[in-house]
Amino acid sequence: MPVINRSEEAVAASDGFAALGGLAALALGAVMAVQTADPVMRFHAILFLVAAALATGTIVLHAFGPDWAAPASVSLVLQTPSGVYSDGVIRAGLIATVFWGVAGFLIGDILAWQLAYPALNLDLPWTNFGRLRPVHTSAVVFAFGGNALIMTSFYVVQRTCRARLAGNWAPWFVFWGYQLFLVMAATGYLLGVTQGKEYAEPEWYVDIWLTIVWVVYLLVFLGTIWRRQEPHIYVANWFYLAFIVTVAMLHIVNNIAVPIQWTSTKSYQIYSGVQDAMTQWWYGHNAVGFFLTAGFLAMMYYFIPKRVERPVYSYRLSIVHFWSLIFLYIWAGPHHLHYTALPDWAQTLGMTFSIMLWMPSWGGMINGLMTLSGAWDKLRTDPVVRLMVVSVAFYGMSTFEGPVMSIKAVNSLSHYTDWTIGHVHSGALGWVGMVSFGAIYCLTPWLWHRRGLYSMWLVEWHFWLATIGILLYITSMWVAGITQGLMWRAYDALGFLQYSFAETVDAMHWPYVIRAVGGLLFLLGGLIMVYNVWRTILGHQCGDLAEQPRVAAAPELRGALVPAE
Amino acid sequence: MFNRHAIVEKHSMLLLVGILIVVAIGGLVEIAPLFWLESTIEKVQGMRPYSPLELAGRDIYVREGCYLCHSQMIRSLRDEVERYGHYSLAAESMYDHPFQWGSKRTGPDLARVGGKYSDDWHVAHLINPRSVVPESIMPGYPFLASAPLDTSTIVDKLKAQRMVGVPYTDDMIANAVADIARQINPDFKGGADFLKRYPKAQQRSFSGDPNEAKEIDALIAYLQMLGTLVDFAKYDESGPNLR
Amino acid sequence: MTYETVTVYSQIASLLLFAGLFGGAVVYALWPGNSEQFRQAARVPLRKDDDAGNMGSTE
Repeated sequence: MPVINRSEEAVAASDGFAALGGLAALALGAVMAVQTADPVMRFHAILFLVAAALATGTIVLHAFGPDWAAPASVSLVLQTPSGVYSDGVIRAGLIATVFWGVAGFLIGDILAWQLAYPALNLDLPWTNFGRLRPVHTSAVVFAFGGNALIMTSFYVVQRTCRARLAGNWAPWFVFWGYQLFLVMAATGYLLGVTQGKEYAEPEWYVDIWLTIVWVVYLLVFLGTIWRRQEPHIYVANWFYLAFIVTVAMLHIVNNIAVPIQWTSTKSYQIYSGVQDAMTQWWYGHNAVGFFLTAGFLAMMYYFIPKRVERPVYSYRLSIVHFWSLIFLYIWAGPHHLHYTALPDWAQTLGMTFSIMLWMPSWGGMINGLMTLSGAWDKLRTDPVVRLMVVSVAFYGMSTFEGPVMSIKAVNSLSHYTDWTIGHVHSGALGWVGMVSFGAIYCLTPWLWHRRGLYSMWLVEWHFWLATIGILLYITSMWVAGITQGLMWRAYDALGFLQYSFAETVDAMHWPYVIRAVGGLLFLLGGLIMVYNVWRTILGHQCGDLAEQPRVAAAPELRGALVPAE
Repeated sequence: MFNRHAIVEKHSMLLLVGILIVVAIGGLVEIAPLFWLESTIEKVQGMRPYSPLELAGRDIYVREGCYLCHSQMIRSLRDEVERYGHYSLAAESMYDHPFQWGSKRTGPDLARVGGKYSDDWHVAHLINPRSVVPESIMPGYPFLASAPLDTSTIVDKLKAQRMVGVPYTDDMIANAVADIARQINPDFKGGADFLKRYPKAQQRSFSGDPNEAKEIDALIAYLQMLGTLVDFAKYDESGPNLR
Repeated sequence: MTYETVTVYSQIASLLLFAGLFGGAVVYALWPGNSEQFRQAARVPLRKDDDAGNMGSTE
């Protein structure tokens, strides 16, 4: 029989261990706050101390306090009336995903307007483009994407293993520890604390904290798999596991640095020049490959079959897809360094693998799309299905565009231009964003035991605003990028360079305005989602429940469910 | 029951180990040889560690996120060489922890910006870019002109740089604070020794006040030395040059 | 070992490794004996989520 009934001693031991951990963190925060001469380090130490104090207080009250304190001391979402699955932490994760998503889109759009109208920088340290940009990238990739991945992985691993999440306090430590990482990273950037490596900006101490949180995350995920009641580990869990393990490896290798003082925020990378460049883009491209692709493919492999009530098109294809994707992705990094001082053989290798990567990517896309075969009508009737299918289509588009841009001849034109920015956003807004929205719309009624979403009509609005926003974004960036690339290499009749750099900047103004408008539409869609999710959580209904598919309801409210054979 | 559970656990561990092996290979093949490379390549003449003022300026460059809009890597393409100068050599960023090659040119490449503009131009441009380049969309950095340069950590910075492999000598570390004063004021005691430690360093007040180093002095000192260390008149293209 | 030999041998070795791994994955995926197992695995997400009662009760 399953090991779900923990003995009283085990629970007490876990409470005691958690409280001790909290106290140790409290002590560390206090020592750092007193010892440091660096104001940002002091701010972060105090933040850490307060977080540790709140956590310790919660644990102690919950475990050793009077009975009345137990439910009250823990936030409402900790309650798990659905019984065996521990869903409180997933509900918290869903709210965090929605919050960070909108915050990240907002900052992104502010940056877009700053590029069109530079006066908006306000010329203050904390509002200038250079410091806000990492806040945007971290907020969308790590905060929105990361929370979406953690919460859906906790949901999927429990359902596909038929096992409760491993650990008592550990899942909550992963959730709150991750939010603390995000807050320390983002406030650090605003105050000028950065490593200066794209998508790896957090400084050494924030990196160490993330490593601790990540190892606990891996253990919770693996521990749940170890308890499973299913003989087979469902393929979505393979993708989640590859994402967790590989991101750990990338994060640790790329962030090795020597702090100038144990109490200082500043550190220097252990690698320099060409080695640092190669390591960084090995990390950077695989942040795309494993954070923004493998993890979200796991979402695709669970939520699309679940929502359309059909098994995945080909399970065999998913196995080949998995192994070839993770093998090929890891080599693609050098395509970020074409024609640079990186040795030629490495550039060629990166290009070759990037082109090969097209195959498994499209294999995965076909597998996702064809899952709908025989149920294509759901595209019309269920806007949540449409969100996810269009997201897979965007995945197919960006994974075709990527290999094309990795060809050296194309890259000589596209690199350093806004074409790259457009490419990233067709993947980030189209694929990552929309598949996450789909998962959020699935999960909200399922987790809060509702008969459906507050309004399907608002999902329809979100879908169209996001789609039109993305199209404006990527088309304006194609125009901007190709114009830039061609102007930089244009020669006049006498054989001189035709344009000064400033002239090429001037040519970007209108594409930048259109891009900012596209981003605004995408943000509006996100705000509609916030409203819809919030009303659903409150249990409200706008009246289109009858038009919602049966799977929109929480599992226990679906009535007689006969899965399609 | 126990036995079955053990097999199940082993499978998930097999999956984990399989994933790790598969994802480790690419990194090993692409990254590891570059460390062999370092020892087999002739050092390009002229490269030296950053002077303390230049290093402080580089840290400000990193802090303000300049790398997000400016590259420091001239590719070996005709138009780039004509626009920005000789293509960048790997050796030119050998002391760059971290590298700042960048990935986007919202503004122009800065790998060889040193000496292209006057100090006064840089001061005006940093305070209000549109005062000298009307089309510019760069933010203004007026706060750099008023903020005094924090020199309290410069010794620790040089020591940490030495720990990651930059050949700072004991002499350089001992003189780190004074060398900042010496670089913005050639008349400062021991000003001549400074140039022996950091050949080709530019010794003058960058923002007009030789008595107190501001953050803008450090940043301009860094910008004015970018790409100036290697003498390409003497550089041998056919030799081993990391390309 | 020189830099050139390192780059050549490592690339050949990894090519062979990839070919082997890809072949292995394809064989595993297409092996007739595995098909029933995969058919069942593919249906894992479709099972009812509220029948968790057989997992034992919460504390």
